[in-house]
Amino acid sequence: MDLFLQQILTGIANGAIYACLALAVVMIYQAIDHFNFAQGEMAMFSTYICWAMIAGGLPYWVAFFATIIISFIGGLAIERIIFKPLHSAPVLSHIVVFIGLVAIFNSLAGAIWDHNIKTFPSPFPDGSFGGLIGLHEVGMFFVTLLLLLAIFCFFKFTRVGMAMQAAAANPASAGLVGIRVGWMLALGWGLAAAIGAVAGMMIAPIVFLEPNMMLGILLYGFAAAIVGGISSPGGAVAGGFLVGIIENMAGTYIPAIGSELKLTVALVLIVTVLLFKPNGLFGKTIVTRV
Amino acid sequence: MATDVETRVDPRLTVGAKMPYKWVALFVIIGAVLPFFLQGYATFQGTLIMIYAIAILGLNLLTGFNGQFSLGHSAFYAVGAYTAAILVYHLDWPVYVTIPFGGIVCFVAGFLFGLPALRLEGLYLALATFALGVSVPQILKSSHLEGLTGGVQGLDIFRPKVPSFLVENFGLTMDQWWYMIAFVIMLFMFWIAWNLINSRTGRAMMAIRDNPIAARSMGINASLYKSLTFGVSAFYTGIAGALAAIVIEFVAPDSFTFQLSILLFIGMVVGGTGSIWGAVFGGFFILTVPNFAEEISTGLSYAIFGIILILVIYVMPSGFAGLVNLLRMRVKKMF
Repeated sequence: MDLFLQQILTGIANGAIYACLALAVVMIYQAIDHFNFAQGEMAMFSTYICWAMIAGGLPYWVAFFATIIISFIGGLAIERIIFKPLHSAPVLSHIVVFIGLVAIFNSLAGAIWDHNIKTFPSPFPDGSFGGLIGLHEVGMFFVTLLLLLAIFCFFKFTRVGMAMQAAAANPASAGLVGIRVGWMLALGWGLAAAIGAVAGMMIAPIVFLEPNMMLGILLYGFAAAIVGGISSPGGAVAGGFLVGIIENMAGTYIPAIGSELKLTVALVLIVTVLLFKPNGLFGKTIVTRV
Repeated sequence: MATDVETRVDPRLTVGAKMPYKWVALFVIIGAVLPFFLQGYATFQGTLIMIYAIAILGLNLLTGFNGQFSLGHSAFYAVGAYTAAILVYHLDWPVYVTIPFGGIVCFVAGFLFGLPALRLEGLYLALATFALGVSVPQILKSSHLEGLTGGVQGLDIFRPKVPSFLVENFGLTMDQWWYMIAFVIMLFMFWIAWNLINSRTGRAMMAIRDNPIAARSMGINASLYKSLTFGVSAFYTGIAGALAAIVIEFVAPDSFTFQLSILLFIGMVVGGTGSIWGAVFGGFFILTVPNFAEEISTGLSYAIFGIILILVIYVMPSGFAGLVNLLRMRVKKMF
């Protein structure tokens, strides 16, 4: 039973990472109606910026908030500079540009800050909660929840949040009622970059900082977002924890799987979930008009 | 999205298409003569380009003509390659026979995968195929299958010699011989794809892509066509995989990672989504550009690749085939 509890908690700890990233994924999906494959690398790059500032002598929280602001501006700039001219290009071409961005950020981070693994400080105290789950994980869990709450309020109760949702859902009509659709997209990119930065800075103390740190995690983040339902931020967080727990359980309790097929099992389970709930666990069923 | 009635209709749906014989003849002649002017290694690379082109065409049939995403085509490529390698390695089958077998095994795999995937659309399908792409290398590596697949080490296979009369009369080298085989297979596959697209089946495929609800209400069996397209697409990719295994004389799980899926995807978009011959340019792009980026700077090769990629999309947002079409229209307007 102890083992079981331990595995659940480890699952939750990993899940918190996935949830954090899944949240960022869903955010940008709501704002630009696309999956941003470059999200993970953008988060990694932001984390490096924060690391460089801390290494330069700034206190953690100053660097933390400065990074969020820099990432926000960076995300905004990427949309304005790279995606605005491609506005009418086919969606598949956008995805190729995302892939290009992934390659650029990954390679640049390696070139600027080299490929050695770096430790990243945690804002939370050392130690663990009853020897089962680290305090950093607990802290991260609450940061994720806080972020979720903030996003929820932003989308539900502010004009800008509403306008962003409208611009993503139906750009033509949104433009007609006077929303500046182009800028809403840019804002969405900025926000997603900022949330990604928070996710990166929360994750980095656990997985350590290196240019490829996000590759694996982002995949889980995407999976979590889709399982939870791409249209629901709360679902994404739940999906993140679910993926974390399933992955750990399968690796521990089914001997034939062990650690080598852990990922496979997690993905197979996700696909199975999708077969029965094609819009994710918490997603809205989209009814199309003919 | 579904309310978007004004989407442009694919001209192939309304007017039909005629085979441009002049261009095809030119393409065939250039392709057939090329290996006699190239160095051995360049010929080998040409062979790989054509193999990629077949795989990209397979992906294009699915995405470009049927509107289904796939991030898992590396899995079918791997299945084709391993089918060929296992048949040669364990059962001593003649190498040439294994190529269609790689395709057939993939067709069945693709069709079966296409059945449950029917319920999924867009992103969800992308995730499901992504799961496939990620799991297959892991399964191939798994210790339970090591006897069959050779585990992490992979399998070595050997190509038979070039038929002796060709060596005596034309001095054909191994690279040239396999270039020719790949070329003929590619032409054949392109021809099949052309006929498929310009048939009732092809029109049904495109109708499902453009407006699934309208297609269904016109009596098109969308589920059947979608899973069949998945099968045919996997068939193409499997043939490419089998050819690749034989030409490279080696298969290992790490050659078929998720990155291969991404490369094929890039090749498809850069070549031109929904274009048959664009696949050749796509194959050329994904083989040469990464090497080119590597030559410019080893440390920043990925960044350079990314920049080239973005620039290419700037210059030709609908791929190479789209650019050529646009230029042709411009030229036509001028006269």
